[in-house]
Amino acid sequence: MADFTLPAASRYNDVPGVSHAAPAGATRVKTFRIYRFDPDGVEKPRLDNFGIDLDHCGPMVLDALLKIKNEVDPTLTFRRSCREGICGSCAMNIDGVNTLACTKAIDEVRGDVKIFPLPHLPVVKDLVADLTNFYAQYAAVKPWLQTRTPPPPDRERLQSKEDQEKVDRPSACILCACCSTSCPSYWWNSDRYLGPAALLAAYRWIVDSRDEATGERLDALDDPFRLYRCHTIMNCTEACPKDLNPARAIAEIKKLLVERQH
Amino acid sequence: MATRPRPLSPHLQVYRPMYTMVLSITHRATGFGLALGLALLAWWLLALASGPAAYARVYGLLGSPLGFILLAGFVLAFWYHFCNGLRHLNWDLGRGLEKASARRSGAVVVAATLALSAATLVAMLHFGARS
Repeated sequence: MADFTLPAASRYNDVPGVSHAAPAGATRVKTFRIYRFDPDGVEKPRLDNFGIDLDHCGPMVLDALLKIKNEVDPTLTFRRSCREGICGSCAMNIDGVNTLACTKAIDEVRGDVKIFPLPHLPVVKDLVADLTNFYAQYAAVKPWLQTRTPPPPDRERLQSKEDQEKVDRPSACILCACCSTSCPSYWWNSDRYLGPAALLAAYRWIVDSRDEATGERLDALDDPFRLYRCHTIMNCTEACPKDLNPARAIAEIKKLLVERQH
Repeated sequence: MATRPRPLSPHLQVYRPMYTMVLSITHRATGFGLALGLALLAWWLLALASGPAAYARVYGLLGSPLGFILLAGFVLAFWYHFCNGLRHLNWDLGRGLEKASARRSGAVVVAATLALSAATLVAMLHFGARS
């Protein structure tokens, strides 16, 4: 059942945050308001303020986070790896929208930069959310090639250029979870609704000309919750930092389910 | 070491009200409003069948300024739900799901709702005044 409010222990405005002023003499100061939660402490989550001198900081939100961790508060905890939008680790809610900290320019944000972990997930620490369920849902759509026929003896399983293009874009998903955790339907039903990321992955294998389990894949999705909790809100497509289109993939799956009845 | 229970990260509290989710929840809300409006319509029809006294009572409410606000809300809800319903049907055919076209169709739905509602209300007042 949807609960539109946060549980009392999860509220982040009850405890005053710590404020770190920008160094004296800084002329271009941007304030970063960052969600903090310490699993080893006793306090509720809170928002800390960090004044950052933009003249001594890289252009991206991730640059500011790294600067804070290196120079101000080494306990600030977040995931990051590639810093170029291909690993999907630094997905978080920045300025109200899910995106990657490494590809989000600080200049794009007007006013203070508010940073929260990905929405409606259990928080491990600070900006690190627990993605166990998200990964389990990805695994549930069996994201690998399933075949029934033996492979050709002399070559790989080939496909035409046109068939390859069908899986080209969906394959570019980096599993950052920006889309699924932007979806209100996923917020209220993530225990039973697979969410846009897992459904995009399912679609990628359903339309793959080499895959021979299309029927089983569609059977597995033909469910009022797993697939049909998608109400075409389109938050997923708006949020995707790779400019993919999970909403269209889900619509295509729904179409295939209707078409196979005739 | 055992740690304490994990808090739930904020969601509605922090997510920017994107046009996508606003139009979507408005679709639901107008659907709910239409159900209430249908009850109003049924009440009006029952009164119509029950004779002049009952009808006068209903007309007393619907003909009042409060009644006009209720009817205007019903008309807005109807046209929004109708136009956005067409948008959803188009999506279900697999069309118009690109970011740009979805934004455009959203704007068209809002504009069409306002125009059609205004036209309906003007017609209502016009013909209502003559009867």
